Amino acid sequence: MTHPIPPGTRDVLPDEMRELRRLQSALAETFATRGYGEVATPTIEYYEVLARGDIGGGEQREARGRSPHGAPVAYRFFDERGELLAMRSDMTIPIARLVSSRFADAELPLRFFYIGTAYRAVRPQRGQMREFMQVGVELIGAEAPDGTAEVVEVLVAALDAAGLSRAVVGLGDADLYRQLLAEIGVDDEARTSILDRLATHDLVGLEGEIAALGEIGDAERETLLRLPNMRGGEEILAQAHELGGAAVERATSRLTATYEACAARGVAERVQLDLGLLRDLGYYTGAILEVYDPALGHVLGGGGRYDELMGRFGAPLPAAGFGLYLERMHIAQAEEERIGGGS
Amino acid sequence: MKSTLEGARRPRGEGPLRLALPRGALFDGALDTLDAAGIDTAGPRGDSRALIFKTPELTLVTMRPSDVPTYVEAGSADVGITGKDVLLEQRDRAVYELLDLGFGACRMVLAGRRGDTSLGESERRLGAMRIATKYPRTAERYFESTGRQAEVIEVKGSVELAPLVGLADGIIDLVDTGRTLAENDLEVREEIAQCTARLVANRIAHKLRAAEVDSLAERLRAATSR
Repeated sequence: MTHPIPPGTRDVLPDEMRELRRLQSALAETFATRGYGEVATPTIEYYEVLARGDIGGGEQREARGRSPHGAPVAYRFFDERGELLAMRSDMTIPIARLVSSRFADAELPLRFFYIGTAYRAVRPQRGQMREFMQVGVELIGAEAPDGTAEVVEVLVAALDAAGLSRAVVGLGDADLYRQLLAEIGVDDEARTSILDRLATHDLVGLEGEIAALGEIGDAERETLLRLPNMRGGEEILAQAHELGGAAVERATSRLTATYEACAARGVAERVQLDLGLLRDLGYYTGAILEVYDPALGHVLGGGGRYDELMGRFGAPLPAAGFGLYLERMHIAQAEEERIGGGS
Repeated sequence: MKSTLEGARRPRGEGPLRLALPRGALFDGALDTLDAAGIDTAGPRGDSRALIFKTPELTLVTMRPSDVPTYVEAGSADVGITGKDVLLEQRDRAVYELLDLGFGACRMVLAGRRGDTSLGESERRLGAMRIATKYPRTAERYFESTGRQAEVIEVKGSVELAPLVGLADGIIDLVDTGRTLAENDLEVREEIAQCTARLVANRIAHKLRAAEVDSLAERLRAATSR
């Protein structure tokens, strides 16, 4: 007799579990040898705490009337005392909460890693999971660019430990496009719809929005059009520099510094600079990361800097981290083995 | 072991880019555009019933237009051509929309029976219109964004039938010349969007095969602006 489970959830049987455990312990060891300590937080939190961390992101998504591409919309419910609770939709905000309550006077930087389930209220009709495993690190109290580069180095080590040596880390800047629009003097309404086009990868719509902007110069128009497509190696920085403009200059110098710090740690060749990168979470500032593997059509994970997030919990500290989808890593791993095994 | 479908079974990220090509109304326009960009389309133009055609620079994979975002999102095709109507309906598919290819121009419209007032009447007296459509999500979003309530009824076949037999007060559908509407005594009441064919790309391919994707997009851009 078959008893159903909710769509977007699943059972794990011994064969898969064995492989998942092997992957988890390879990753845990990678993090531990680099001085990261494992933490766990509750699956349920007060909704107010999670919402405090995601200011901006939730509003942006709500303005769009949907939750594109797995952006976290939390499951919420009332407990028996009438408190509004939520299932955690990622681990970064709970860890920010934990650090501000438990490590207020600790010596910096703090290095944590986690392996745990997270929950998102997606419509689970196309393989999107409502419950999934995330693994990642948070480095708190280490500034850009070196803190960012350490996170990239740990990320690359984690990908290698999983056998994903072809995986690439996209590195962009969360503030670049927003600041550029502000600097050019694009009004709020147009800015929101332009950023929305960029966030949903609608470059045709973006071109239309930019064409509809009245009083901007040709050079500025050109910059807005070209940036989202600029991705590649070190040469991107020189190309961006040529485009000019103070916002581009600021972002480019931030990215250059991060890229050089990555080079100093020997991981620059795994990094793809990407000026069109934008992430959907409300807490990112400065550097943002995305992870791609050629064996998988979906993003493996992402991260970046969130220098303002800790401040929202009363402990203003620079911070950065990444999170990887464990199940997707497992699929990519199986695919890479299939290709590489070459039997 | 050699497969006859070798091109389709290769590991992802290697070999020529895979392009999802829409059969149906957009097929000829897509092939003409590829021709203009100097890409060999003799294979799909022939009367073979094969689904996959290899050219030196691209592997062409043919499918229904509405399947293109599915294959491209999953990375089973690196790039694809499909209508904006399909992309509007499947808006949560995470694909890059790179280029307006210009051909296949149609309008997404709200239509009702000629001279009939039941659209406004239903809204005024019953608080909601009944709308039949093959594009339920586009329809729901349109009414929501214009602050109206509608009961959206999804149908698979000829939408024009619905208002004629009283299933719905009106329809939301894609209109080319408007002939089908006219022949069924329907008229356009509101235009929702202009739809043309678009070039889309998988998110990972857009990053990891940037040079190839950009060069294809540039060639198609040049071909369409001629």
